Amino acid sequence: MTVPGLARSLIKDRTWNFFMDAIVFAGLFAVAYAVVAVARYWFSTPVAAVEISLSPAAIPRYAFYSLVRMTVAYLLSLGFAIGYGYLAAYNKRVEGPMLAVLDILQSIPVLSFLPGVMLAMVSLFPSRQLGVEFGSIVLIFTGQVWNMAFSFYASLKALPRELVEASRVYRFSNLQRFLQLELPQGAIGLVWNSMVSVAGGWFFLMACEMFVLGKRDFRLPGLGSYLQSAASAGDTVAITWGIAAMIGVVVLIDQLVWRPAIAWSDKFKLEQVESSSSHSSPVLNLFRKSPLLTQLRDKVTTPFMERVYLSASRRTTEVKAEPSKWQKGFVILAGIIALLLILHGVFQGLLVMRGITRADLVTTVESAGATFLRVLAALVIASAWTIPAGVAIGFNPRLARIAQPVAQIAASVPATALFPVLLLGLVSLGGGLNTGSILLMLLGTQWYILFNVIAGAIAIPSEFREVADIFRFSRIDRWRTVILPAIFPYLITGLVTASGGAWNASIVAEYFHFKGQVLSTFGLGAEISSATDSGNFALLLLSTIVMATLVVSVNRLVWRPLYRRAETRYRLEA
Amino acid sequence: MNLVQRCCAAIIGSVPEPLIEARQVEKFYDQPSENRIQVIAPLDLAIYPNEILTLLGPSGSGKSTLLRILTGLSSASAGQVLWHGSPVNGPCENVSIVFQSFALFPWLTVLENVEAPLKARGVSEAGRASRSFRMLDSVGLDGFENAYPKELSGGMRQRVGFARALVVEPEVLFMDEPFSALDVLTAENLRSELLELWEDKKMPTRAVFIVTHNIEEAVLLGDRIVVLGKNPGRIRTDFHVDLPRPRDRKHPRFTKIVDYIYKVLTKPDGDPELTLSGPAAQDARAKYPMLPHARTGGIAGFLEILADHNGREDVYRMADLLSFEIDDLLPIVEGAALLGFVKVTEGDVEMTPEGLEFANAPILRQKELFRNAALEHVALLKQIKRALESKSDHTLPDDFFHDILDEHFTEEETIRQLETAINWGRYAELFDHDSERKRFFIPEETPTEAQNVEVGTET
Repeated sequence: MTVPGLARSLIKDRTWNFFMDAIVFAGLFAVAYAVVAVARYWFSTPVAAVEISLSPAAIPRYAFYSLVRMTVAYLLSLGFAIGYGYLAAYNKRVEGPMLAVLDILQSIPVLSFLPGVMLAMVSLFPSRQLGVEFGSIVLIFTGQVWNMAFSFYASLKALPRELVEASRVYRFSNLQRFLQLELPQGAIGLVWNSMVSVAGGWFFLMACEMFVLGKRDFRLPGLGSYLQSAASAGDTVAITWGIAAMIGVVVLIDQLVWRPAIAWSDKFKLEQVESSSSHSSPVLNLFRKSPLLTQLRDKVTTPFMERVYLSASRRTTEVKAEPSKWQKGFVILAGIIALLLILHGVFQGLLVMRGITRADLVTTVESAGATFLRVLAALVIASAWTIPAGVAIGFNPRLARIAQPVAQIAASVPATALFPVLLLGLVSLGGGLNTGSILLMLLGTQWYILFNVIAGAIAIPSEFREVADIFRFSRIDRWRTVILPAIFPYLITGLVTASGGAWNASIVAEYFHFKGQVLSTFGLGAEISSATDSGNFALLLLSTIVMATLVVSVNRLVWRPLYRRAETRYRLEA
Repeated sequence: MNLVQRCCAAIIGSVPEPLIEARQVEKFYDQPSENRIQVIAPLDLAIYPNEILTLLGPSGSGKSTLLRILTGLSSASAGQVLWHGSPVNGPCENVSIVFQSFALFPWLTVLENVEAPLKARGVSEAGRASRSFRMLDSVGLDGFENAYPKELSGGMRQRVGFARALVVEPEVLFMDEPFSALDVLTAENLRSELLELWEDKKMPTRAVFIVTHNIEEAVLLGDRIVVLGKNPGRIRTDFHVDLPRPRDRKHPRFTKIVDYIYKVLTKPDGDPELTLSGPAAQDARAKYPMLPHARTGGIAGFLEILADHNGREDVYRMADLLSFEIDDLLPIVEGAALLGFVKVTEGDVEMTPEGLEFANAPILRQKELFRNAALEHVALLKQIKRALESKSDHTLPDDFFHDILDEHFTEEETIRQLETAINWGRYAELFDHDSERKRFFIPEETPTEAQNVEVGTET
């Protein structure tokens, strides 16, 4: 301790850590208060249409409420995704049906469930605010859970055989297997899919914080309703504040949650060689240094886990028995009950749809065509600018360093938050929603294509470009023989996601409450929204089924074959 | 063999109890039709205390499958595995496996990896740490406790694999090609350290079972060597090695044993002289002929080198010369033999006149000779060509041939058979294959192009 330099650096280290501790402690206190505040609000008597204050001072409170909704929905999704993935991966008998359910639910427009879910939840908790809140949470949940479940399922299926054998031969308990093998293996996929899911969650949250259901006007205090009210009132100052707050929240979450999570999940890479490119996060480093958290781990978590492992190891000594007759019978019974419930649901649904006229049917098909064309237009326009831009960014590292973070922020702002603002512009320019809705769809979906194209362009080996240079390929040849085939798999991935997103966006983009009036255009999305508004459940059911069928069949007939082709013919590694 | 062993032991006076014993163990996959795919024919094998048993066999002889059956990781289709005389159900109580790919958990540190099996057994934290440190010390890993596997070299990683396997003090240590993912020097180093631990009784195990496809490795390590034949896997020989350790590769008795194993391996399947388990030989006959997984380029190169050696050479010497392992060389030798270019006798390869002509011919003539030989000797190629010719458009989907082979081979093997057939068929210009449309076809003749090529090669 006689070396002055060393002593000083220790002190500096110490004080910094104390500072960190203070922050962690304050954070815990804030969380505790937040829980109490949320609980008090949730259990208050319901006020369906909360008056939204447009004062900027109200924004922190609204942002907080929106965040709570997101967090609860996300945690629910995470738990459900892990359970669902686990069950599907290890249960041969249910694997097939569970995957099919996953595939279809992924393509169903979540927003058309809004009325059903809301009414159910409100009647479940008639005297508490909880009902409406839960409705929005359930909607966000259904929007974000499926890709996470699929990711976890896929990583369980991709477990290296020898690792599984090691865990068996060393007699890991189920718990140890889960914590040391399965969860780490799934971590990277879960983190990345969580990011995508939460971005999608914001999209829906903004839409379902404020909506009309028949005669009832639902309004939840939150950023989405703030922005909608501000746009309705034409209050430019409030709009600016709202968007700034929105971007702030998104960027903050990115820095405080996702960057650290990605850097942390780096250690779960299944690689045997240390790769040169790794993620880093200063926030994560701070967390790792915090003595309070270290203490917590050493004194509480570790001893606790020790006990858990010990009791788990005692339980595994018994040999796994074959499923008994009783269990088999139970499975069959559960299957029969599920089937009966499904049949009952279909029957009831058909009863509701009895009131549909031939004219309704024709309109629905026609409007589906209109929306289909709009989705197509949005994809074409998005590809037209994102492919050249993405390739340019991917080929130029300096440009990529500037453009990528900017594009990421732009992409992470939920399109639904910007809709009211864009509409304001459209209306003042005198444009209609017919072409305007294409613009709105673009807003939400173009980023998927852009990011994938950038990733694809970066992955092109420089030898390919050198070949093109040496043989003096013309610009057209260069695109046709090098660039387009090489980015094809990435482009398809982007387009699949974008097309799903565009269909979903059509529900909010084609029909809009604005300044006390309804702006709408002819389309399937508008039909779903207006059926929601007027409480016409027969039409709502019909149009939802039509949209789901369309999305699923486009996936099966167009995207899947293209994807398979990309996987076989255009894969870069031989 | 077991009988012989028991007799000898009886004469000496003590009958060693086997630790693990396989009785009439076999593995097969049932097919919808009558046929079943036999991977391992019924065999008996016992592991006794105080021995290193090396199990040697070419790829496809089911040696890894046998290891997994013996450890209880997978179950046999018929027969029984006994652990100290009582039947095994699920993974054995007290065995460890060292894996070819190391199978370390990349997200756990070296210490956590070694501690994991102890954790599973409910050993307390203090006990885990002291046992793990002791084991890491003895494999030379002290100082690396907090490293992650990806920060270590391959050899170091396999040391972690050893430490993890030994820390639970297994009665039998199983090793599944433990050195084959390492470079030559590292492998040599680890082998001698393993032997050192074993000789000094520093290993808390009573027997070691090593699966390998490297003949020298088997002779270097084994107290007893069991050689498996393939199609289906069965024991072709089982003998004790009484060379003192450390063993010298140059020692005449060492080379004699290696040479003997090569003889066994290159002997045609089902030769009763060297097959000690009688009934298994019967199964091998009525089988669908299998294409060896050799590339045509490999066969051509092999024949040219063999021609430089006056057309006759020891297989063992060839392998040494090319620094090939048996898995690399045997399919090539089998392929050349199947085409009638070479004859294999007593571990020697000898060129036939056709083979000699092939080796000395220019490339287009080589293809012609190959085509003739293929049509004469290779059933699968003949079958594909005939089937394609019988169709008016000369094209058939993959599935057609897949279904035929499916009856005789596992899914994996069927795919490999078709891949090899495509490689041979293209080289012989018998037919071509469209991988995108997944179809075999006979291409239209393009005579002008062929002439151009000929001119090109002659100049």
